[in-house]
This record gives sequence, C-alpha cells and structure tokens, in this order.
Amino acid sequence: MNTKLSHYFPQCTHDPTLIYLDTAATSLTPTNVLVSMERYYTQYRSNVSRGIYSNAETATKVYEAVREKCRALIGAQDVQEIIFTAGTTHSINMISSSISTLTDDINRAHGPHIVVTAMDHHANFVPWQHVITHYPEGTFSVIDLSDDYTLNLTHLTEILTEKTTILALPYISNVLGTINPVREIIAIARDINPDIIIVVDAAQAAAHVPIDVLQLDCDFLAFSGHKIYGPTGTGILWGKRKHLEKVEPFLFGGEMIAEVTHEQTIYKDLPQRLEAGTPNIAGVIGMGSAIDFIQSIGFSTITDHEKELTKYALEQLKLIDDLTIYGPQDEKIRTGVISFTVDNMHPHDIASILSTEKNIALRAGNHCAMPLHIQHMDVPATARISIGLHNTREDIDHLVDGLEIARKILCKPSKGQKV
Amino acid sequence: MNIYQEEILAHYHEPSNNGELKDPTHTHCGFNPTCGDKICIDLIIDHDTITDISFHGQGCAISQAAASMLTEHVKGKPANTLKNLTKDDILEILGVELSMNRMKCGLLALETAHRAYYKNIDESKS
Repeated sequence: MNTKLSHYFPQCTHDPTLIYLDTAATSLTPTNVLVSMERYYTQYRSNVSRGIYSNAETATKVYEAVREKCRALIGAQDVQEIIFTAGTTHSINMISSSISTLTDDINRAHGPHIVVTAMDHHANFVPWQHVITHYPEGTFSVIDLSDDYTLNLTHLTEILTEKTTILALPYISNVLGTINPVREIIAIARDINPDIIIVVDAAQAAAHVPIDVLQLDCDFLAFSGHKIYGPTGTGILWGKRKHLEKVEPFLFGGEMIAEVTHEQTIYKDLPQRLEAGTPNIAGVIGMGSAIDFIQSIGFSTITDHEKELTKYALEQLKLIDDLTIYGPQDEKIRTGVISFTVDNMHPHDIASILSTEKNIALRAGNHCAMPLHIQHMDVPATARISIGLHNTREDIDHLVDGLEIARKILCKPSKGQKV
Repeated sequence: MNIYQEEILAHYHEPSNNGELKDPTHTHCGFNPTCGDKICIDLIIDHDTITDISFHGQGCAISQAAASMLTEHVKGKPANTLKNLTKDDILEILGVELSMNRMKCGLLALETAHRAYYKNIDESKS
C-alpha cells in the first residue's frame, strides 16, 4: 500500500519537485489547517474568554473545542487537564520549574532524584539537568541505551529507587525513531516507586501513533502542534489533575485571574490558571484542525503508510555502500525517523548536495540530541530523514539517487583523503 | 550556486597545513555545536610574523576547505594579516556564496584563528 496523500498539502502543489523528508523537525501544513486559521482572522477575529459580543462567543467556542480534540487525541479523562502551551519545550519547562511544589517534603529535604534517558531531546533533558543545580543534594541520572538502540531496561531498574522523583522519557526518539515501550517502562517504574512522577515527551509520537495516557499511566505528557501538521507556537501539556493543581504558573497576568486586590490575587481554576495572557488563538484553532486532519486520515492509515515507507527506506538505505543507520532495524518498534552517516561524507555536505541537486529537504546535525550523538553514538552529527503523510516511495528513490550524486561530488576515489 | 567548486573540493581532499604544530605559540579549538564540527588552529608567531600555522579537526567540506585556504593565506605573513582578516575576506577566498545556515561552516576557521591569536595575547598580559 502506498496511499497518495500529498494533495492535502499546498506546499507540495506549490513546489511539486520538493521532496520534504523533515517532518520530525516540523510537519507540512494541510489545507484545512490554513483555512481554519484564515477563517478566524477574516471572519470572527476577537479575543477569547472575555467578550460578550457574538464573534467573541464564536472565537471562545472554537478555541475551547480544541481542548476537547486534544483530550480525545491522547485519551485523557478530563478536558480541564489540557493546558495550551507554545509547544513541548514550553510544556516541559512548566513542569520542571515547578518541581518544588510538585514533590513532597521528604523529597525536597533529600534533594530530588531526576532520571532522564540517553535518547531525550534537549527539551526533555536540559530543563531537568538545569533544575537539579538548585538542589545541592539532588541527583541526575541518565538511562543508557542497548546495542539495538532501545532503552536499556536493566539499567533503568538499576537507576530507579523508591526515592526517584521524576522519570522523563521520550515516547519516540527524534533521532533513532525508537518507539519506547512506555507502558512497560512506567509499570516497572511504579513497582519501584508508586509516587514517581513520569513525564512523557510525545512530540514525535502524537501524529504517528495512537496515544492513551490513562493506559500508559504517565503523569504528564506534552506535544507540539507544529509536529502534528498544525501551526508553530502551539502545543499542550496534559497532566493528571492532582499534579496540575500543584504546578506553579510561571507566567502571571491576564486570563488566569479570578480576583485581584491590592493585597492578593486569586487565580482561576485549571486550565486558565496555567494560561496567562492572550493565547495563540489562531494557532490553537489551527492545531484543532490538524487533529481533525489526523483523525480523518485515521491512525490505521497513518501507521500503515508510514511503516510501509519506513520499511522501504530502511531496505534501500541498507543497499548503499558505507552507510550506517542509527536506530532499530525492526520497523515494528520504530517510526520513519531514520538517522544515518555515510563514510567520508559529512552530514552537512550530504544535506547541501541533496538540496541543490534533488530539492530534498533533510536534516543534518545532532538534532537537539547532543548527549546521544557524542556520548552514545560516538558521531558528532548524522543526516536524518523523517517520513510524513505526504511522502512516497519515489521520494526514497530520489534520496538514494541523491546520495550517490553526493558521493560522486564529495569522494575522489583516486586520491587519498585526509579528513 | 553550487558551493562544491573544484578548488574547494581540492582543499577538502588534500588540505594544506593539516596537522598539529610542535610548540605553537598560540592555539585554540573552535566548535560548531549544531553540526559537531571541530577545528583546532596552531600558530607560531615570531617577531609579529606567522612563521607557521596548521589546523586539525573534523568537519564538512566547507569548514575544512576554509581552514586550509585560511592557513595558506596567512602563512609567512605579518600577524596583522590574520588580525585584520574579515568574514568578507574569507568568503572572497572561498569564492562561493554561502547560505545563512552554511555561513558558520565557512567562518569557523577564521573565528578559531582569531581566538587563538587573541587568547595568547590576553594570557601574556595577565
């Protein structure tokens, strides 16, 4: 099966030669997302949650309906547990900066023990590494990888203790494509410490696999709108209500207020308490349409399409001489995020040449996962393709052709290369 | 414009002044964190003349070629030649137009050489 879905995306029509293989960085935007945002700006522009006039009522209704769409997308119980944010980074920082109110007295006294993984994006690594510096007795541990680029669950059980405060992990690695067995990991973690707070970065998962936070039994989960075919500057933080009640706002201002006097301020209930200021109204509306888009395609079609292309891409890339793939070989436990290197070809040169020669967009660098590259994969940088709904087998064929062109340009077979 | 011109590839494949110097008077390693490139520059400056210069490290064709070309350009010249070398000079020597995202590849060697030059001066003052 190789469903043609590129017609949903105006950018594919605007430039039919474009081969966009960078969905993990940011996804293309389908027409319905653009239409809904334009409709807001052209037909009922107004602020939310305050105006009494009809456009303000419409804006508030459409905006708040997105909360329900987000709730349904991740299987949450309570729509008020959905907090709109600027994206995953914002969401995770909101929790990490509130660690003192989230953890109990005993934990505070000992200093928190925070555990992250070797495959975390900087957004789910650095906030925790930073916050631990405020606690002289706090400790920070990193779960290692196994040789097959999955998380080392033995190491996980060795690191976690009954005093571990936070376990932060990605649902899917943005470099390796590994789909972590999150449910199993959380069960292991709760066996060791039932009170551990588990934070799942679902940025690479929300548009690619169905999520059910109740089944996972995580405490917080975050994703970004721009990686699920929505606009930039949007995202959500979901948390169990008992935890969200303890999260300190790190933005204070309008929209979050129940009452202000000279003496004190009383905040609104969730979710507004954590959403100070006029929100990204058009963006949230666009994110809602992106969820409509995903639901209309359906996760069954999405996973079929992406697994088929991932399998094909892995097969084709493996045929290329001197090419190393960093990630699981089995497409059942991975997504279409595929990072690779080719001997004697720097990833930046690969990306430049593929862009110039084949109009292919792919990523080169460490993909905001420097500890993974430097300390685990032992390479300074990789080239990365990531598959989206618009991609086809032909895109992979062009990639393979492009890599051979890059080799011809960069490698001089007769001369000894000193790199 | 294709940035992989013959001269750039020639420097990439067979760089000039590639390696480490024994007893450099100035040295510095520069990094480009987004792509993991690393270039170290060793200098021997004697009576305000760059009597020797070398570079080593890893990186893309542009960063390696720029380092090689820079060392050729300043070797044997007065130290002021390196001090006064600008971004535009490097781009002219490279002879290609670099996009905003590749600019830091082209300029890593210059930045590193300048830091090497000034670092030693600063240290000798303290």
